[in-house]
Amino acid sequence: MKDFRRTLLILVPYLWLLALFLVPFLIVVKISLSDIALARPPYLPQFSWADGIWSFLSQLDLENFAFLASDDLYWKAYLSSLRIALVSTLLTLLIGYPIAYGMARAPEEWRATLMMLVILPFWTSFLIRVYAWMGILSQEGFLNQFLLWTGLISTPLTILNTNTAVYIGIVYTYLPFMILPIYAALDRLDGSLIEAAEDLGCSRLSAFWLVTIPLSRNGIIAGSFLVFIPALGEFVIPSLLGGSGTLMIGKVLWEEFFSNRDWPVASAVAVVLLLILIVPIVLFQRNQQKQGDP
Amino acid sequence: MRLSWFNVTSLTLGFAFLYLPMVILVIYSFNESKLVTVWAGFSTRWYGELFSNEAFLDAAWVTLKVAVVSSSFATVLGTMAAYVLVRGGRFMGRTLFSGMIYAPLVMPEVITGLSLLLLFIGIGLDRGVLTVVLAHTTFSMCYVSVVVSSRLMTFDRSLEEAALDLGCSPWDAFRLVTLPIIAPAVISGWLLAFTLSLDDLVIASFTTGPSATTLPIKIFSAVRLGVSPEINALSTIMIGLVTIGVLTASLATKRNALRQKKDAQAAARAA
Repeated sequence: MKDFRRTLLILVPYLWLLALFLVPFLIVVKISLSDIALARPPYLPQFSWADGIWSFLSQLDLENFAFLASDDLYWKAYLSSLRIALVSTLLTLLIGYPIAYGMARAPEEWRATLMMLVILPFWTSFLIRVYAWMGILSQEGFLNQFLLWTGLISTPLTILNTNTAVYIGIVYTYLPFMILPIYAALDRLDGSLIEAAEDLGCSRLSAFWLVTIPLSRNGIIAGSFLVFIPALGEFVIPSLLGGSGTLMIGKVLWEEFFSNRDWPVASAVAVVLLLILIVPIVLFQRNQQKQGDP
Repeated sequence: MRLSWFNVTSLTLGFAFLYLPMVILVIYSFNESKLVTVWAGFSTRWYGELFSNEAFLDAAWVTLKVAVVSSSFATVLGTMAAYVLVRGGRFMGRTLFSGMIYAPLVMPEVITGLSLLLLFIGIGLDRGVLTVVLAHTTFSMCYVSVVVSSRLMTFDRSLEEAALDLGCSPWDAFRLVTLPIIAPAVISGWLLAFTLSLDDLVIASFTTGPSATTLPIKIFSAVRLGVSPEINALSTIMIGLVTIGVLTASLATKRNALRQKKDAQAAARAA
């Protein structure tokens, strides 16, 4: 009876994930190896028990991947997603670190409030936070109105529908993910180490550089992955803030599926994206595990 | 500890950056003009238009139903999964199981959406509310399980063992001892799942059919063409609800912490 209960407890979530996570993913891999067809569903071959598994397998090929490799569009989209994700991760780090540092140095009684202020945007709709920037960055938007009013510029800048807007959007929406792990690392940091460094003749800046930064390394790494990984496959930000020149692979996959209705190519795009993501994901996992060890 | 001018500046600029866009959005939702960036006087006109827009109300209702049902399923499944991971001991395929719990957290939404859609088409399931609920339950159960398992890992196992020694069945021990202790984590898991479901555009777009348009899908198709005053009003309502929710939750936590501190002091005095 006890064993039966335990088995049931394991089986229910296990089977759920097998059926709704692993199997769908295997279907994606299978369709990425299939050919597009004018049928419902629009790909071949369909699996049928009558033909047997070998005749089914023999119809699969790497044609879609060869197509991805031969068409510039996909190469450029992968590279430009990598570049956008990398640059925006660095920008988020540059902006997030001083904020996390300020929070860790704030008086004890403020910290809970500051923490809540960082978390609050995270509970607010992602879509709305991206949308908020559309009104700010457009030609007649608030930023241009403000800059024109100050006299810094004489003609409005074009920011919305460019890559700049995409960078701003990513930095803005993922900033809490960068601040929180760095704050956690800085909060644990023993202040007497910095005092010791200063007593031993370090200037404040070199104490920061030689003691604070290395000791918050784990927070920096965790935060950077938490921004980089989702930014790479981002769809909402490039499609609302980016322009026709903004190439990001999440958007390409979406259009391949919904506009071109080429399911096999969309699946191949997904498989390659996942292969690219495996490296940062494994590195992130290792960093997290290392952090868990004393 | 004193704050240097550098820290004050970075905190001020940082929080201004985080909050100004939302503040501007809220202010301009009360703008009379249809031209979103030109101020033409205070008005609640767009709230009126929003509440008379059947399509938005329908979408909001669908979204709420999906979020309540999927986050409840996700909480049950995620708590089970967390219990299995932390307390389940060894069993066949444990590595695969923990892999399947963590993978959806880092999986790009476009891939999760695409793969689930291909599954639903493969098994001939009509797309609608049910398929969105299944999709949302699957990815949010993983978040719930991470939240709950971190709580399970830090709590004193001897409490459960004591209950078992004193004759509780495993289920009673869970219900009477474990569950009350991990309840805060289970509740925050539910809230997280609920928010993720309310917020999701990409996975819902892939897995839904014409019969079930959720609010994010509706918002997305409205703002694709540019800023709209009705969406500003809707955003303001959503930001307001979240702010009230988070403030209430943090006040409640603060009060709890204070009470616990008082109890501890009282206990120390008594001892």
